[in-house]
Amino acid sequence: MSKRIPWFWLVFVAALFVPTLGPRYYTFLANDVLIWALFATSLNLLVGYTGLVSFGHAAYFGIGAYTTGILMKKTGLSFLLAFPLGGLLAAAFALVFGFFCVRLTRIYFAMLTLAFAQIVWAVCLKWNEVTGGEQGMPEIPYPDFGWIDRLAAFVPVLGGYRTAEQFYFLTLVLVAACLLILRRIVGSPFGRMLATIRENPERAEFIGVNVRRYELAAFVLSGGFAGLAGALFGIFNRGVFPDFAYWTKSSEVLIMTLLGGMGAFFGPALGAAVLIWLNQQIVSYTEYWPLVLGTILVVLLFVFPGGIAGAFALLLRRNRRGVARA
Amino acid sequence: MAAHPSPHLFVPDLSFIFAQSLSGLTAAMFLFLIASGLSLIFGVLRVLNFAHGTFYMLGAYSAYQIVQWLGTGPVSFWVSALGAALAVALLGGLVERFLFQRLYGKEELYQLLFTYALVLILGDAAKLIWGTQQKSLSRPPGLSGAVSLLGATIPYYNLFIILLGPAIALGFWFALQRTRAGRLIRAAALDRETLGALGVNVNALYTGVFVLASFLGGLGGALITPMRAIVPGMDTDVIVEAFVVVVIGGLGSFWGTFLGALIYGQVLSFGILFFPRFSIFSIFALMAAVLIIRPWGLLGRPLR
Repeated sequence: MSKRIPWFWLVFVAALFVPTLGPRYYTFLANDVLIWALFATSLNLLVGYTGLVSFGHAAYFGIGAYTTGILMKKTGLSFLLAFPLGGLLAAAFALVFGFFCVRLTRIYFAMLTLAFAQIVWAVCLKWNEVTGGEQGMPEIPYPDFGWIDRLAAFVPVLGGYRTAEQFYFLTLVLVAACLLILRRIVGSPFGRMLATIRENPERAEFIGVNVRRYELAAFVLSGGFAGLAGALFGIFNRGVFPDFAYWTKSSEVLIMTLLGGMGAFFGPALGAAVLIWLNQQIVSYTEYWPLVLGTILVVLLFVFPGGIAGAFALLLRRNRRGVARA
Repeated sequence: MAAHPSPHLFVPDLSFIFAQSLSGLTAAMFLFLIASGLSLIFGVLRVLNFAHGTFYMLGAYSAYQIVQWLGTGPVSFWVSALGAALAVALLGGLVERFLFQRLYGKEELYQLLFTYALVLILGDAAKLIWGTQQKSLSRPPGLSGAVSLLGATIPYYNLFIILLGPAIALGFWFALQRTRAGRLIRAAALDRETLGALGVNVNALYTGVFVLASFLGGLGGALITPMRAIVPGMDTDVIVEAFVVVVIGGLGSFWGTFLGALIYGQVLSFGILFFPRFSIFSIFALMAAVLIIRPWGLLGRPLR
């Protein structure tokens, strides 16, 4: 038996060196990927692990982004507090919305998540005094990185980075922490129970599991982590806008999740990376990115329904079988 | 849509309310045209077709294109509206026959995402062909005037739409109740396995339903061209509106869709009047409330 390769830490360490590669553009892309990776992984807790297809996950992303953005811009609250508050408020809304959603099944569940997300979008669009309305809210400040500069006096490695790069490191550490927590959650007895519910809710009910309460817990956790991703995205994007919560954002993140593969924990993160990278490649040639994305989606649905991770797993299995035979 | 008067001057008189409710009724009939196709596909195929809004947009663009070819004759608008609806129906049939049919029996999520892929592809194709500049058509010559009713000025075209909606609804209902194809469609909505076991070609029936639904969506898009600008993005907006309508009335319920459209039209048109900032909010709140209290909608039946 070979020891498992610690892929997670390898990627983490490699990601630490992105800003030293040179072009600022790489750091920007990597930052984008990290945030969407967290957003997609949070959705997968619901779709992939619990089997609940949400069409309104953008709601919690938007709530997190607006909460943290408003707190930091209008009240000057420190990121240290504004960031967790963004996640907490998103989780609180997920608790209220989810309470009603988990009572419904399948298509009705999806429709109700969509309705709640559109309510959030409508509020962001029209509540001018607080959200800035259609114009959104530009100029969200970066967190205060003065402490890094002070620390750099003793640890020279930390010095000499621009604010955008310092924010990238912050995102990297926070997203990595969130992903580790999420991985612990899906590996825990609680996570196993979610998979049981996905496979057979009736049987779970028969062995005495309160299915709705488990589903609601998954809904709240998933919403909370999406809120944290949104909180980071608002700062990264230098502004928050109503379309963060529009239904097309929900479908974008669903596509990432599917592209990477819902069956693997890091599948959605991989999907986020591949999709954002592809987007950048293609946008430099043509403005018709949706056309390309739609085509990718069709190929995916017809040829690789397990996503990239599923295709890899299939390939690995074939290889192993080949080795065993030889 | 009537202009919104400033709040301190606002005293709603009867003619104004009348005009406003007619404007809501016009919007409702458009939504009924579009949502009935969506509801039909859901009722029979059990799929929410995100691409239905895109078929509506393609109907609008096709009508514009055919008018460009024909010039402005007395009947060119009507010919182009019909031609656009037929073209969209053909497209819907092809998509169903050659692509969508392969996804039956797979997970619902895959079917949903396939229809979303169509939104992306066809939406961009429309941009590629017609550009991003907004387009519009003028009202057909016979209906360009307006009539004064109870002190309100109502364009003839709006009256035409208000009459067309119920006419199509009745015709549709009659076809569902009295024709063989209608009976088969209703049977498929209830139990497709048994219908297939009885020797009915269910696949052909599905294609037919898709063609009919796309026709209705395309017709809605073609007929709205004299009233609203044809722009990219009209598809993603309208599909959510159509979702609201079918959810309120009941997914798969025919008269439910009609009722849902009426409610939506009035809530929107009076919402904009009295609470301009809450009108979008109130519509989605209504949708959520219906789903919470009666998930199968006002006139729908619970799914088994």
